[in-house]
Amino acid sequence: MDSYFSILLTEVYKILFLLVPVLVSVAMIVWLDRRVWAFVQKRRGPNVVGPFGLFQSLADALKYIFKEIIIPASSNKLVFVLAPIVTMTLALISWAVIPFGEDFVLADINVGILYLFAVSSLGVYGIIMGGWASNSKYPFLGAIRSAAQMVSYEVSIGVIIINVLLCVGSLNLSDIVMAQQNLWFVIPLFPMFVIFFISALAETNRPPFDLPEAEAELVAGYQTEYSGMMYAMFWLGEYANILLMCAMGSILFLGGWFSPIDIFPFNAVPGPFWLMFKILFLFILFALVKATVPRYRYDQLMKLGWKIFLPFSLFYVVLTSSFLIYFDLLPGK
Amino acid sequence: MKISRLLKTIFMIDFVTGLLIAIKETFKAKKTINYPFEKGSLGTRSRGEHALRRYPNGEERCIACKLCEAVCPAQAITIESKERDDGSRKTVRYDIDMLKCIYCGLCEESCPVDAIVQGPNFEFATESREELYYTKEKLLENGDRWENILAANIKADSSHR
Repeated sequence: MDSYFSILLTEVYKILFLLVPVLVSVAMIVWLDRRVWAFVQKRRGPNVVGPFGLFQSLADALKYIFKEIIIPASSNKLVFVLAPIVTMTLALISWAVIPFGEDFVLADINVGILYLFAVSSLGVYGIIMGGWASNSKYPFLGAIRSAAQMVSYEVSIGVIIINVLLCVGSLNLSDIVMAQQNLWFVIPLFPMFVIFFISALAETNRPPFDLPEAEAELVAGYQTEYSGMMYAMFWLGEYANILLMCAMGSILFLGGWFSPIDIFPFNAVPGPFWLMFKILFLFILFALVKATVPRYRYDQLMKLGWKIFLPFSLFYVVLTSSFLIYFDLLPGK
Repeated sequence: MKISRLLKTIFMIDFVTGLLIAIKETFKAKKTINYPFEKGSLGTRSRGEHALRRYPNGEERCIACKLCEAVCPAQAITIESKERDDGSRKTVRYDIDMLKCIYCGLCEESCPVDAIVQGPNFEFATESREELYYTKEKLLENGDRWENILAANIKADSSHR
């Protein structure tokens, strides 16, 4: 009994050690997003709460906590309440397999990338549940759009991941990073990195692919009927997902915790910091794209996903595998 | 032409150009002011919080003609008047419901003695609705507080009246 408790406590401690930084960085990232967006538009952005406005998200969260939660009378109440919880949980549990450094990972499972992929696919459910349970037309339309969009882009992300896996020969995320010790995959697989980045934008419903919550036509999409803490949970889940996609991009293509060049001032910085820098870099790119690019039309979005990205990444799989076989570079031989 | 367009699409030239422009703009000077710490300039006719003015000798200007009450499109003003001992007609009650008020400036325009005016203060948010139900005392206090600016504004605007 005693040992059982000690194991439980260490696990809980580990989980808290992972989740608290993730949640704090999600709050910071929301601030950063707004700040970058404002800077591109020559505005100042949130700069009043705390130093440089860093605590803006915390103030917002506090406001959300004290707001009333309104549950529409005609909604399916159980599913309505469940939806933000599902979104948030799924956005957070995927962090378990993200390696922050060598042997610095909560769950070092062999099929890490599949787990990540499965969990991010499940993310659609939170949105569909929210949209359907609201029993209102805008959330429903938003949810349908979002489901179609996320499923479409997941396909191309899957094929892109196959490219990386061909070069690594393992589904373990730590192995994927270790394989990039000498050469980051962003160099040989650069087109795949670009497509991954764009698909990640679509996957997380970020502009220019924010059709599920296109405010001009759908009010706020699946979040329309939500208020208070439930809305905040959707919002946290969304940004945690974005952060996760950035982390996935840095692990798959940008060499995870490795420093760009293995010389003194760079390799003295601990691995987790490098991963953080890379995630931050990708996120700033996300924010810049949000500030720069106008929203896609829905048919353009679908065309891009199915007619351009999918065939191209499939072609690249053939290319990568032929290259690896021809030069006898296949891993795990 | 066709091929150059295709190449442009494949290499996302337009997108990258836009991104570079965005990054360049990021480092330029901001176009907005740092609002709560730095205020923008206001015109002499800006219509903010109301104030009741006094004559330099301390006498209230308002003669309780109730023109403002009559002209108010939102019916936000309530006035009750009474004859004072010296025979002059003065208000005993002058309320403005700031929640009803639409800040159109008609009360100021209708006033024959420049008593009710709308000042430059627009930062009078409160935590409760009751606090926005302005009484005569509050309005007179506003007048005393803002008198310098109010008088200057009226003087600057006098040639257009």
